[in-house]
Amino acid sequence: MKYAGLLVMPAGFFLTLAALALFREPAQRGVFVVCGLAVEILGLVVAVRGHMPARSESRL
Amino acid sequence: MNLVAPIPVSAGSDAYWGLALVLLLLAPLAIAGLALVNTGLGRSRSAAQAILGNLVIVSVAVIAFALFGAAIAGFLPGAPGGAGHAFHAAGYTWNWIGSGSFLLSGFPSAPIQAQLALLFEIVGVGFAAIIPWGSGADRWRLAAGCASAALVAGIVCPLMMHWVWGGGWLGALGINFSLGAGFLDPGGAATVHAVGGLSALALVWLMGARAGKFPRGGISTAMPGHNAVYVLFGCLLGMVGWLAWNAAGAILWMNAPLAALPLVAVNTVLSAAAALGATLAITRYRFGKPDASLCANGWLAGLVTSSACAAVATPVESIFAGLVAGVIAPLLVELLELALSIDDPSGAIAAHAAAGLWGLLAVGFFAPKPGQLTAQLVGIATLLGVVLPLVYLLFYLLNKIVPFRADADGERMGMDLHELGGGAYPEFVIHRDESYR
Repeated sequence: MKYAGLLVMPAGFFLTLAALALFREPAQRGVFVVCGLAVEILGLVVAVRGHMPARSESRL
Repeated sequence: MNLVAPIPVSAGSDAYWGLALVLLLLAPLAIAGLALVNTGLGRSRSAAQAILGNLVIVSVAVIAFALFGAAIAGFLPGAPGGAGHAFHAAGYTWNWIGSGSFLLSGFPSAPIQAQLALLFEIVGVGFAAIIPWGSGADRWRLAAGCASAALVAGIVCPLMMHWVWGGGWLGALGINFSLGAGFLDPGGAATVHAVGGLSALALVWLMGARAGKFPRGGISTAMPGHNAVYVLFGCLLGMVGWLAWNAAGAILWMNAPLAALPLVAVNTVLSAAAALGATLAITRYRFGKPDASLCANGWLAGLVTSSACAAVATPVESIFAGLVAGVIAPLLVELLELALSIDDPSGAIAAHAAAGLWGLLAVGFFAPKPGQLTAQLVGIATLLGVVLPLVYLLFYLLNKIVPFRADADGERMGMDLHELGGGAYPEFVIHRDESYR
């Protein structure tokens, strides 16, 4: 799951780039940039969850 | 009688560049301050390894940058603003990587502005490279730290530096896409602090927590830093370096006139002071007494935020930005440790990554040009969508070759004895560690 999250983050970045290239109207461009950022944050959340150690894995 | 005639200092004059040079010679005090913070927030049995590691990592970082990082950043004598490879897509030009000279060839003959810009970047990569070192305290091997520093300073930082400062696509967002003045980062909040902080996150993900930090079925074990005096003096020392660093950045990347530099300095101090005040109030409210290490994190978060904002904000805006940073830092440190099981002894993820990202966002609100907020969001998206996965991949591969983590026995006896054969405080009796019962 952690790798899935880390792969989603670049996907959000490319969405941001696509917003720059595809839209010329500032409002549309801004909304799609925010959408790209939201996808990245989702990926970050998944990556964080994936890296959380299960309590049974904790080192003593 | 006025014996000293005032020297006119205009942008581009010799005196102007002389001032920038003096500021850059003071900027490494920020590195010294951060080294003290990293050392003080670790344990006493790893203190010598921590402070030596700061020194060695800065050394490795600046050498890696000089050998090949500067080429990626786009340093090329005779090419003002940097040289880079570009491709054309969707009707736009995307300058994506520098095409500068390796081994700093041509540096002595480069124009003074290019030389100073390179010096700024050299200090910057040293700074960025030691940020993760504090997060890996008490378990990160020195050799692995050096190898990681070479990757951060030789590849990741230079790539961002080219994109933002070296004529790359982020800095050109204003020209190509009419987004304000392009992505603004005059003090390295993105290229240095966010890169360093995100590297720290990737590192602690890969390396895991210190032994005994998160015991099975229980809450996390408190492992306080061993020397609050180091930590807090490091904060004060860091402020001097930060003042110089932010002013130098304003000169080099925003062509700020001399008359604008006092405002940059005032904004830097205000941001740090407001952040400290907010953290102090929060920790006082949460725990009944102010927490020294969290206050240090808050102070640093304010300084990091100022790296983004100081050159573009008003004093009131700087106070606001600092206040928010001072709220974010302690709460995020607590969230990372208690809810997400992320062991970050120095708080670098909160103080450098989160505060840096907040500062970059705040620039979008404060800067007057339309489209600036979108440009800043694109820069933040680049840090999260490119830099973090890239650093994680590089560290993951490096960990296979040079294992990051000391073995369990070495971690138990402390990194000083394990790696150096002697401790930082040989005349002190180190008490038994309760977490290893």
